[in-house]
Parts: sequence; structure tokens; C-alpha cells
Amino acid sequence: MDEKKMAIIATKGTLDWAYPPFILASTAAALGYETQIFFTFYGLQMLKKDISDLKVSPLGNPGMPMKMPFGPKWFRDINWNIPNAVQSIVPGYESLATTLMKMTIKNNGVATIPELRSLCQEADVKFIACQMTVELFGFSHSDFIDGIEYGGAATFFEFAGETDICLFI
Amino acid sequence: MNFDKELDARGLNCPLPILRTKKTLNEMSSEQVLRVVATDPGSVKDFAAFAKQTGNELLSSSEAGGEFTFFIKKK
Repeated sequence: MDEKKMAIIATKGTLDWAYPPFILASTAAALGYETQIFFTFYGLQMLKKDISDLKVSPLGNPGMPMKMPFGPKWFRDINWNIPNAVQSIVPGYESLATTLMKMTIKNNGVATIPELRSLCQEADVKFIACQMTVELFGFSHSDFIDGIEYGGAATFFEFAGETDICLFI
Repeated sequence: MNFDKELDARGLNCPLPILRTKKTLNEMSSEQVLRVVATDPGSVKDFAAFAKQTGNELLSSSEAGGEFTFFIKKK
């Protein structure tokens, strides 16, 4: 039986959007899929050596519930509907939101992004960084973890053309 | 039910119970049985799907007091 294959293009560079590619890739690998992720544009953030500083922004994100991960239940149930105008002038607002999000992640037994990334690597998920955006954003290969490949659109299609599942995230 | 190995996946959320299960199965030999205990309600459907796709047999799946117990026989 031929091994199934999955390819993902990861384009986002925030803490929240780092989840879908790493969750899907690690799970696909556990199910026996040969899996590749092509990181391009802001997705390159997820390949940096230290990814503990990825942030989440509630600014301009009306879909994001703003709830406190501590205190009594009635307090945790409040959805803090803070206007964009206020969010944008408070210094450190994103860092605060990120800290709260990380607490929520921990409280819920959800894996951290560094953990999911290493689970992908252990399961032989192949990481490919888009060389064009590496140069465009002034990164160098030493900014990124070892064991990744660098390539372009044609490299992506070589594998993607053979896949059963192909996602753009 | 008899089992050869046990995995405590309580408190873990998707996709960790499946990933840990896969990793544990890798360390076991064919026909051996793994018992997994999880608290993630999504794990019921996930373990059935995992078994179907990987060919490892889900011998039983049960719930008691908010804990889900799965017995999986390695292919």
C-alpha cells in the first residue's frame, strides 16, 4: 500500500495560528502520512530557533474571546470586550494578551508550540523554508533550526502534486 | 481486560493523547495490548479514527466518571 501524503503551506506567524499546521502535521504523521510543511512569509517565524516569543494579537480580531484564565468562575466567564481604539494605545497590550493566552493553553492541557514542533520533528515531518521570503525579510539560515530545507514554489509542487491532502494555512 | 502496557493521557488535549499513543505503540510488539486513559471528550471519536486509519485494533472504548478508557491491540 502506498503511503498517504499531506502538504501544508504555513503562512501565519502568530502564536494562535502556529497551532493548526503543527497539530495537523504531527497527527498526520501519527496516522502514517508522509508530511511536509512549506513555511513562507510570516510562517517563517515558526522555524526560528526560539519560538517561545510568538505572540497573539486581539487587535482587529473580533473572533477572539478575551477571558481571564484565573479567578472565580463568574470572573473567568466575563468576555472583556475592549474596543480596538483602546487596545491600540495601551503599551504591552499584545504581550499581556499573549501571557493570558499561554495561561489558558496550560490550564486546558493543550500542548505548547515548541512541544508540538519537536513532536513533528521526531515524527519526521519535513520542514521547508521559502528561500525567497527568507531573503525578503532579511533572515539568515542561522536564525532557523537545523534540519530544514530551503526551496521555492517548484520544490513545494514536487511533493504537493503527489499528495492526498494539501492545505493552505 | 488484560493489557501489556498502560498510558495515562489524563489532562491532555488534542492531539497529545493520539501522539503519545502512537509513540507508545511504536515501543510495543505486534499483538500486544495498550490501555489508554484520557479525559479529553474528543478522544472517543479520535481513537476510533486512529484505529481505523492505522490498522491497530480498538478492542474497547468506554467511559466512567469523566474518564475514557481505550484498549488498543497493536497491528
